[in-house]
Amino acid sequence: MNGREDWWYDEAAGPLVRPYAMVRGRTRPLRPELHLVTQVRAMPSPSDPDSLSVEHLEIMELCRRPLSVAEVAAYLDVPLVVVKVLLSDLIQRGDVVIRDPSRAPVVPDRNLLQAVLDGVRGI
Amino acid sequence: MVSVESERPGGELLVPTPVKIVIAGGFGTGKTTLVNSVSEIPPLHTEELLTEAGVGVDDVVGLENKETTTVALDFGRITINPEVVLYLFGTPGQNRFWFMWDELAYGAIGAVILVDTRRLDSSFPSIDFFERRGIPFIIAVNCFEGAHQYGAEEVRRALDVDDAIPLVLCDARDRESSKTVLVSLIQHTMDRLDAMA
Repeated sequence: MNGREDWWYDEAAGPLVRPYAMVRGRTRPLRPELHLVTQVRAMPSPSDPDSLSVEHLEIMELCRRPLSVAEVAAYLDVPLVVVKVLLSDLIQRGDVVIRDPSRAPVVPDRNLLQAVLDGVRGI
Repeated sequence: MVSVESERPGGELLVPTPVKIVIAGGFGTGKTTLVNSVSEIPPLHTEELLTEAGVGVDDVVGLENKETTTVALDFGRITINPEVVLYLFGTPGQNRFWFMWDELAYGAIGAVILVDTRRLDSSFPSIDFFERRGIPFIIAVNCFEGAHQYGAEEVRRALDVDDAIPLVLCDARDRESSKTVLVSLIQHTMDRLDAMA
C-alpha cells in the first residue's frame, strides 16, 4: 500500500540525516572555547567556498552579524554538538572569528556589569 | 534593536563580548515566561546531546552507537550595545542534567532563582547549586494569580536563605517587573564585587 513504506519517517522519528552523518563522522576534538554564548562572526568571504559544505555556508551566511553558538544551533535547528564541530572547522580555516565569555565567572569586570545594568534599564 | 558597527577602526571585525544570566527554578515557576517578557527576540530553542550516563557529548564520533538523549534549552537575547550582548538561559526542566547546569553556569554573571510559593521545594536544588559554586544569585518570587500572597520575609524564612541574598516579588509576565528582577541581580553581583575589592 502506497505510503506505508515511509510510515516511520515523521517528526517524532527525528532528523533523517543523523548528526554524525552531517559532520562526516570526523574525529577532531571540539574547540574548547566554544561555549553556549561564545560570539561567532564570519569573515567577509570564506577562503575557499567550494570546499565547504552546505551547513558551513549556512553558518557563514548567518554569522554576517555576530551570533552566539546557541543562536547558530537554534537557527540551523541542529544539536549544539554538531554546530560546535562545524564551527571548529571554520575557526581552523580562519573563516570565522570568535569571542568567548569571561573566564573568571565570579569576578566579572565592573565596567561590563555597569554597561549591562544601564542596558537592561534602558530596554 | 541596536545597530551593530561592522568594524573597529583599522578594519578588525567587531565581535561583541557575551554576558550570560541563568534563569533557574523548579518546573513551572515561570522561567521561559520571564525570558519571553524581556527578550528582544522570541525565545530560541536549542538542544544538546547527552549520553545515557548524563555526560555531555564532546564529539560526534561513535554517536551512532551510543544511547543519547537530548536536553532542551530555551534562551533569549538583549543587545546591550554594539560591544555587549546579554543572554538569558533557562535551566532545563529536569534537575538531573547537571552537566548542562555546569555549562549554563560557566561564565554567568549571576542567576535568578524563580520561586512558586505553592511549590517552594522545587527551587531548593537551584539554590543549593548556585550557593555551592559561589555564583551570585537572587530569589524572585513569581506571584501567580490565585496563589496565596506571602510576604517577602515569610518566603525568605521558608527558603532559609541568607539576609544578604536579595529577594524580590515579581510577575514574570510583566516586562517592567522582569526588568526589575534583572536589575536587582546585576546590582547584587556588583555589590559582591565591591565587597571583595
